[in-house]
Amino acid sequence: MIRSITQQKPAEEIQRLLNGMARVFIIGCGTCATLTRTGGLPEVEAMKDALSEKGKVVTGTTVVPVACDNLTADILKEFQSMIKQADALLIMACAFGVQTIARQINKIVIPALNTLFIGKETGASEFNEVCSQCGTCIIGETGGICPVTACHKGLVNGPCGGTNNGKCEIDSNKDCAWTMIYNRLSELNRLDLMRNYQKPRNHLGEPSPGKFEIPAE
Amino acid sequence: MSVKTPSKLEKILSEGHLAVTSECGPPRGSDPDAVKKKAELIKDYVDAVNITDNQTSVTRMSSLSACIHLKLMGVEPVLQMVTRDRNRIAIQSDILGAASFDIFNMLCLSGDHQSFGDCPQGQNVHDLDSMQLLQTVHLMRDEGKFLGGADINRPPKMFVGAAANPFADPFEIRTPRLAKKIAAGAEFIQTQCIYNLDKFEEWMKQICDRGLHEKVYILAGVTPLKSAGMAKFMKNRVPGMDVPDDVVKRMADTPKEKQPEEGINICVETIERLKSVEGVKGFHIMAIEWEEKVPGIVERAGLYPRPKIEAEN
Repeated sequence: MIRSITQQKPAEEIQRLLNGMARVFIIGCGTCATLTRTGGLPEVEAMKDALSEKGKVVTGTTVVPVACDNLTADILKEFQSMIKQADALLIMACAFGVQTIARQINKIVIPALNTLFIGKETGASEFNEVCSQCGTCIIGETGGICPVTACHKGLVNGPCGGTNNGKCEIDSNKDCAWTMIYNRLSELNRLDLMRNYQKPRNHLGEPSPGKFEIPAE
Repeated sequence: MSVKTPSKLEKILSEGHLAVTSECGPPRGSDPDAVKKKAELIKDYVDAVNITDNQTSVTRMSSLSACIHLKLMGVEPVLQMVTRDRNRIAIQSDILGAASFDIFNMLCLSGDHQSFGDCPQGQNVHDLDSMQLLQTVHLMRDEGKFLGGADINRPPKMFVGAAANPFADPFEIRTPRLAKKIAAGAEFIQTQCIYNLDKFEEWMKQICDRGLHEKVYILAGVTPLKSAGMAKFMKNRVPGMDVPDDVVKRMADTPKEKQPEEGINICVETIERLKSVEGVKGFHIMAIEWEEKVPGIVERAGLYPRPKIEAEN
């Protein structure tokens, strides 16, 4: 399953963003941020305690099931009075959740998390970015591994000179994309694919900000 | 290989001389004398001088402007260009700028990752990769076209090179990768610094077995070691660098004050041995912040005097 991977902002940054706002309502998310332990029930409780210690009044807290779902507005209606008393909503969800809530509720929203990437859960407590939604997929020629995402330089025509025992030169915890591609194609007996020249990428695939409407029949 | 540009480096190689190139890193400031002084030290001992492009991702005077200083002194520059810092518009624009000063050599690189440099929080570009940069220069030179398809008035005349690292893993990928660079348009290659001669010779043999040495001029890269500390650093800390234990030991067993001299001895011996390796067409001497040692290395390696060939303008 794809997951939005988040990390809590430094406490000082959260304090700065909440500057001048005495009353805060905290919203967590029961999906990705719970899984990554950045915005589940325990983290929301810990945030409540931390803010109370700093002298903030926490008017209430909740963990919505899926912050980025349009139904979040209905769920939050239950907390209307507590939200009304608050100067700001501190949201412990990814930026999709924060923006969904910002669109639904007329209140200043403060993200408590940074959204790092959209990733895949590849093991217990391990998430990897495997697709960066570039809009022009080339993995049919790379054994199903995306070098645009998995190579730190996004090289599409083979590895750089810094491969370090199969790891990336900038992080020995990360596999070299082109070593993985080489090994996969080698297993499949399709190393010939590495000879293919990939032309400069078409960044017009879907220019940022992406927008898509299902064409009418 | 027929001569396609007015490059002096290309002419020297095409005439069958062993070419000698070196490199100068531009200063971290705007003083033109910093780069001119380095060039002055080595200009009579090399055929062309590479100017690095914000090497190790540390911000410096631009490669293009330093190349122009060299060109105006009558020294043949090799413009190094990385794809890290420019998109395809800026790349084509800088190539035209270089061509307007009749800079005739270019080395196409992807560039070190910005996390190694002085702006680790910066964004890299890599709109093109080194392979696509090679193709772009060829399109501009041979077809006189921009990437967008329009005609170029007075197309650039660049002798086009690429880097190769025979030592990065997986080793099996390295010869096919060179073949791909040649197919993309690399006419000369400057290699990563060579300390592991056996491995380099194994790579060269694979290249000759595939006949690639007849399609590209390979300049073997050498860097004199200044100290045992530098040897250890290169071995352990520089990704893709292969410094064998016996080289580290030889430096470490030398008294500290004699280590610079020993480093140069190793460098000269390396050149001597590689001269006879089939497919090696010259040497790229990268004496990092040690340019004053280049003349001595060139002389001792029997590569002096350099052939006298007038650059076309």
